[in-house]
Amino acid sequence: MALKLYGFVGSNATFRALASLFEKDLDFEFVKVHMAGREHKTPQFLSRNPFGQVPVLEDGDITVFESRAITQYIARTYADKGTDLMMKDPKKMAIQSVWMEVESQKFDLPSHKLTIELYVNVLRRGQEADEALVAEFETKLADVLDVYELRLKESKYLGGDSFTLVDLHHLPNLHYLMATKVKRLFDARPHVSAWAADIVSRPAWVKVASMLQK
Amino acid sequence: MATSVTVYGPPLSTAVSRVLVCLLEKDVPFQLVPVSMAKMEHKKPDFIKMQPFGQVPAFQDDDITLFESRAICRYIAEKYPTQGTAGLYGTNPLVKASIDQWLEAESQSFNPPSSVLTFQLVFAPRMKLKQDEALIKLNEGKLVKVLDVYENRLGSSRYLAGDEFSLADLSHLPNTQFLVDKTDRAELFTSRKNVSRWWSEISTRPAWKKVVEMQNA
Repeated sequence: MALKLYGFVGSNATFRALASLFEKDLDFEFVKVHMAGREHKTPQFLSRNPFGQVPVLEDGDITVFESRAITQYIARTYADKGTDLMMKDPKKMAIQSVWMEVESQKFDLPSHKLTIELYVNVLRRGQEADEALVAEFETKLADVLDVYELRLKESKYLGGDSFTLVDLHHLPNLHYLMATKVKRLFDARPHVSAWAADIVSRPAWVKVASMLQK
Repeated sequence: MATSVTVYGPPLSTAVSRVLVCLLEKDVPFQLVPVSMAKMEHKKPDFIKMQPFGQVPAFQDDDITLFESRAICRYIAEKYPTQGTAGLYGTNPLVKASIDQWLEAESQSFNPPSSVLTFQLVFAPRMKLKQDEALIKLNEGKLVKVLDVYENRLGSSRYLAGDEFSLADLSHLPNTQFLVDKTDRAELFTSRKNVSRWWSEISTRPAWKKVVEMQNA
């Protein structure tokens, strides 16, 4: 099989890449990397991604690492398949590119920190929450969501008038946050709430989410 | 000649300088509008209209307003593919994929620790803020791991994404300039043979030298 994605069920970045493969309706092989066995630090894996991280995409003899580089590669290379994930008009693509950076630079850090603390540490491992950490990152996330609320008043999706990579990149962290008390931050903002409900119910994401359940 | 491109922000800002070097590499004329951070101009309503997070840079070209320096750079490279330095963002999906992965590596792995170190070692003293030694140590450790990967990569590749200078290399210029030029941590870069060679090449490009002049003006 030409398309292979190396990844790990516990990795949000892996699911970011998977989401793009499902949106594009592509046939691919999912190769589970045995993180517990430090497979990601073996010379063989490092030759695929010198940073020793998942996911990695192989498409024939092309290798791509970094989930957001993988999704962009998929969106461009398979532009004629499945969902359009990148705007064709250059000005619209410029705007999409802005909001892709916003997800990467502003949304990812607080949402990731809250996922680790509230979903992994508290829900899964039964630890007590570090309330100071939660407060710090909820404040940061709330500031970002305030900007999103204004943006989504004028734009159906974050990157423009249609679902694109911008929205897709949010899905893994969003998925976990909605299972924690952070959901109230989204619920409190009507446009953000509607947008979140819309994107997590996409058939492609539902397929990815079912992999997470196993 | 009327310029349609305007950049808002001080050249000392790493994100602003990232955009400036890209415009200069592409020979795109622009006007630079100063924004006084000290006077909180970046938090005023007129600025927020352009950049809703109240950060520099903001960027306008004709009727389009953009922010986030890496998005602005991608836009400039795509809009002006044939003028100035060619190939900054590649000409086909395969080259773009390589540039994207190293640009994402810069953004996700290099930028966070190098930004903390730049703030702690360069700006905190200027602002008379106390340095956080634990934070400095932690981030130096993270940066060293990234630079080890770069050392290996640059031993078999002239530039990060391949044989040509691209946005992936360009994006590293602002933070590295501060760390090499304005701190005692230059040897993080200069002690690594391949990283040192790469840094020497990319930092002596005329476009970057011009930006450094603007920063020191």
